[in-house]
Amino acid sequence: MTQIIIGGKTQTIQSSPGRRLSEVLRNELGLKSVKVGCDAGDCGACTVLMDGAQVCACLVPVAQADGAAIETLETAEPTLSARLQAAFLDHGAAQCGICTPGIMMAAMELLRANPKPSRPEVETALGGVLCRCTGYAKIVDAVAGLAPRAARANGHAVGVPLRRLDGQPKVDGTEKFGADVGPEDALMVRAIRSPHFHAAFTFGNLDQWASISHVKVLTSDDIPGVNRFGVIPPLADQPALAEGVARYLGEAVALVIGPAEVIEALDLATFPITWTTLDHAVTEADGVAGPQLHDTRPGNLLIKGRVAAGTPDAELAKAAHVAEASFQTSYVEHAYIEPEAGVAWMEGDTLVIHACTQAPVMDRDDTATILGLPKERVRIVPTAAGGGFGAKLDLSVQPLIGLAALVTGHPCRMVFSRNESMRASTKRHPGTMTARIGSDATGKVTAMVFDGDFNTGAYASWGPTVATRVPVHASGPYRVPHYRAEARAIHSNGPTAGAFRGFGVPQAAIMQELLYDDLATQCGVDRLAFRRQNAFVDGDKTASGQVLSAVGMLECLDALKPHWERALEDAALHPEGSTVRGVGIASCWYGCGNTALPNPSTIRIGITPDGRLRLHQGATDIGQGANTVIAQIAADALGLSITAVELIGPDTGLTPDCGKTSASRQTFITGRAAEAAGHALRAEILRLTNLSEAAVLKLENGVLTATENGQTQTIELGAANAYGYALMAEETYDPPTTALDEDGQGTPYAQYGFGAQIAEVEVDLALGTTRVLKMTAAHDVGRAINPLLAEGQIEGGIAQGLGLALMEEFLPGRTENLHDYLIPTVGDMPEITSILIEKPDPEGPMGAKGLGEHVLIPTAPAILNAIRHATGARLTKAPALPHRVLAAIDEARKARPDQRSVEDGATITGPRDSRHGP
Amino acid sequence: MTQDDTYHRPKILGDALALLAEGTPRIAAGCTDLFPATERKVLPGAILDISGIRQLRGVSQHKGGVTIGATTTWADIISAPLPPAFDGLKQAAREVGARQIQARGTIAGNLCNASPAADGVPVLLTLDAEVELQSLRGARRLALSDFLRGPRATARAADELVTNIHIPSEATEGSGSFLKLGARSYLVISIAMTAARVVEKNGIVQSAALAIGACSPVATRLPEAEAALVDAPLEPARITPALLAPHLAPIDDARADAAYRAKVAAELMRRSLAALRQRQAA
Repeated sequence: MTQIIIGGKTQTIQSSPGRRLSEVLRNELGLKSVKVGCDAGDCGACTVLMDGAQVCACLVPVAQADGAAIETLETAEPTLSARLQAAFLDHGAAQCGICTPGIMMAAMELLRANPKPSRPEVETALGGVLCRCTGYAKIVDAVAGLAPRAARANGHAVGVPLRRLDGQPKVDGTEKFGADVGPEDALMVRAIRSPHFHAAFTFGNLDQWASISHVKVLTSDDIPGVNRFGVIPPLADQPALAEGVARYLGEAVALVIGPAEVIEALDLATFPITWTTLDHAVTEADGVAGPQLHDTRPGNLLIKGRVAAGTPDAELAKAAHVAEASFQTSYVEHAYIEPEAGVAWMEGDTLVIHACTQAPVMDRDDTATILGLPKERVRIVPTAAGGGFGAKLDLSVQPLIGLAALVTGHPCRMVFSRNESMRASTKRHPGTMTARIGSDATGKVTAMVFDGDFNTGAYASWGPTVATRVPVHASGPYRVPHYRAEARAIHSNGPTAGAFRGFGVPQAAIMQELLYDDLATQCGVDRLAFRRQNAFVDGDKTASGQVLSAVGMLECLDALKPHWERALEDAALHPEGSTVRGVGIASCWYGCGNTALPNPSTIRIGITPDGRLRLHQGATDIGQGANTVIAQIAADALGLSITAVELIGPDTGLTPDCGKTSASRQTFITGRAAEAAGHALRAEILRLTNLSEAAVLKLENGVLTATENGQTQTIELGAANAYGYALMAEETYDPPTTALDEDGQGTPYAQYGFGAQIAEVEVDLALGTTRVLKMTAAHDVGRAINPLLAEGQIEGGIAQGLGLALMEEFLPGRTENLHDYLIPTVGDMPEITSILIEKPDPEGPMGAKGLGEHVLIPTAPAILNAIRHATGARLTKAPALPHRVLAAIDEARKARPDQRSVEDGATITGPRDSRHGP
Repeated sequence: MTQDDTYHRPKILGDALALLAEGTPRIAAGCTDLFPATERKVLPGAILDISGIRQLRGVSQHKGGVTIGATTTWADIISAPLPPAFDGLKQAAREVGARQIQARGTIAGNLCNASPAADGVPVLLTLDAEVELQSLRGARRLALSDFLRGPRATARAADELVTNIHIPSEATEGSGSFLKLGARSYLVISIAMTAARVVEKNGIVQSAALAIGACSPVATRLPEAEAALVDAPLEPARITPALLAPHLAPIDDARADAAYRAKVAAELMRRSLAALRQRQAA
């Protein structure tokens, strides 16, 4: 019998000897801080200490832990653990929190041997744990023991780098993610998924198989409602379980339900199903001529978006300078460390679903439709989400566990494997783009034409959003008087492409910013100056005809200028050798909120008869910080200390609809609702006094007082209303937008955020490898509600942008794991300097603008432009894997024979400016 | 788990060999390749876990050279006191996955898994490593290059267990280096890797052992390139693509294309040698 030592106590293990230690710790011993992200040693989320050494618990058969001391975050030595927890909170080192326990265990191994580690030592110690949210910078600071960053609220909460309000469970390992909730004896649900890109299927004798296997099997025939869902209701096309034909590799066709031990032991290869493969296409180019996937969409064209203004063709014909290029991007996987998971059960006649999500109300509505239930009979309680980045906007486990619970009457749990998550979830759209931009002789941009095909995969998902957002944004944050941009979402049998931080705008920005470097060079103008010359200012009109205000573009570029000059100088001084250095710059703008559609948020805030202040906060916090930021806004609007705020929700049973966590909308839209609700409650309180707006409110020990001119009044808290509050306010904000006409003219967004980033890179001329040395990011956030969280967004966005630029390429059927699909590790991250620009937005709460997606947009183009600056290599496809960079360097050399080859060890010579390229 | 699944973790080598003689269990050690190959929560099938056999773990130096036990982990190798010829092996050990994998993954497991991109193979080839196999029938030693038969294929018979890796004393001379090229830091499978061990006397190369990995079905030594270095001061520039070409058969995969691998192989080898030269100078 295996015995392991936990916290000094010997535990006798009942599990079989070959069972993963991670499973034993989680399920037999209840140590749920041990997270399972991949079951392959690729992510490090399950890192524990075994006799003091960090190991991936998923790779240790429990028999090998016999006699060993195992430490998890719950059971580790408390002094060091407490110190690290405080450091993580003070640095904002935990965002979603799913990687945090593993990171902290790795850090403990280091800190015991080396209490004052250097940065490289920290990187080596943490190299085996992936984080998808933070960009690692704050984690390294926290582990290296740098001075704390967080501060306490002092009168006001807004503008203060507060610790996140929901941080403690994230750093002590008690946070509940999708796989951590619900009864231990819940039935397990597993999906049978298509092994083919496109195939018809028929079932064999399901009843017989189910009976032999002691399981329940459900198919689309068992779905009581409408077996179609989609985030854009008129285009809903996706079945919860496929009906006769699977349109992508990994599409679910049936469910198998049973006790965990039965399901685990089952060989799903014996499931009675016959596949007949059909022709398939997996790229946007092949999709156009490929098998038609949906009856009403000839040519597999889901939707086309268009914005047009002026006479771009005529203007390009007479432009002094014209730059033209094509660019291709790849499928990109969200790679959150938490695979989709949840549990469902019946409470009376209400179906309750606890699952990780970014969009609880959409989940409720779609699940109710699929299951044929009225909305009121479905309650969605989001668990903590271990990262989302857009893919957890779409339904995953919800209708499947909902159906299973409805049919069986038992609690039912589903936890995707990493492979399943990567097959089933949505991706960033691959784009094939072409653009031409023209300027006059002085470098003033006059016209642009953009054309893009975006591979939207098998189902609509957020393809329409990409097709409408891209043409609006493809100009970049620049004046382009004559403009035409078209983007098409094309179906294929590739994975469904949906929402991923930026909805196609990061891809389009690569195209546009590449051409801006071309034009600057043609005009002989410094690349930053060229951008500044064309950047939007207040009063400018966008290509959609919207007149802008509160534009912080010049402020961002001006803040970057000294860094730009220093970086160019550093690059030029880099000694000749096998590596060269380059500097690139790119800008971003991004409309906050849904495109030309209503998207209201509602916030309720109240004070109970016993004097407790509760904020019903329905904006799901997937790590970005809504729980903290919305509370900061509400507290200041109300005029009470943030320490008094108790957070409720999100929970469709308890919180009003705050919409989805996407489109960089929560700080702006839910923040505005929170501001309005705070103001309304304050007005309600003051109405009960005869004091003015200047009165100071206090809520201490359940007593609410208002003070003005030395006079203090206690506000009598009366009986509770239907919601349980003596005083309550509920306010809604919906940003004022208009629909777009057929030329894309209108007011698609009520607010835009702006920014620009500089990348400094070193490229190895013989190997084609790129190392990003430094990123300097300036973002106009309107008002930094919480500067620490804003920085965290920037650093995390840069990490994802770096991945998009240099390493991330999802190949359907080939890279459904985290060792073939690479995301940046701590060792890949550059030094990051963040500059927060505050140009208040009249629509934003206290001036604040959205930020979550903006931060990712300039990173990849800045890096690609820096590679080009360094080497002359003009990439035509992302990611810039070493072999692509080397091939592009060779191409550049052919075009410019004055650069000698580095073959056979010779070093590069030639005029320095030749690197700038033609 | 099916009925016939069994898990054996003997403490004595003889018991392990007896189990191998009786059936064909999967041999488990660090499990860093076995577990990633299954989505199951329990190692499937019959398992022979050799991690409990103490004599199979550890590094020993003796008159005949150096013996590395089969279940010696990469972390063990990093911390073992070894001569400069093993510097490349230590560098390779530090490049295996990250610390978690280094703490569990074993040297024999890396060889038996026989991936074309196995981090340990090129450097062990330059150390003239021999693989010791034991069974109830007896023991034998194979040169590593004979042990590795192809991708995922070795010369191990079903009843045999790899028990030790031997480095002959002649191969413990000189100094070694290793270089791995991947698309990110940590936790990365090689695009290509090179290993070198060079013995110099009075500034003249007496012998050179060079190997390359992830550019052919099995990592391989490079005799023409080795010959080009001998009897002269160490000169990395002598390594040309032509010297390597006969031994390379790279493929296109998600990490890089074949043309790229062919192109960077010589450069990586030059850098491995340049690192040695630099170390000598220092």
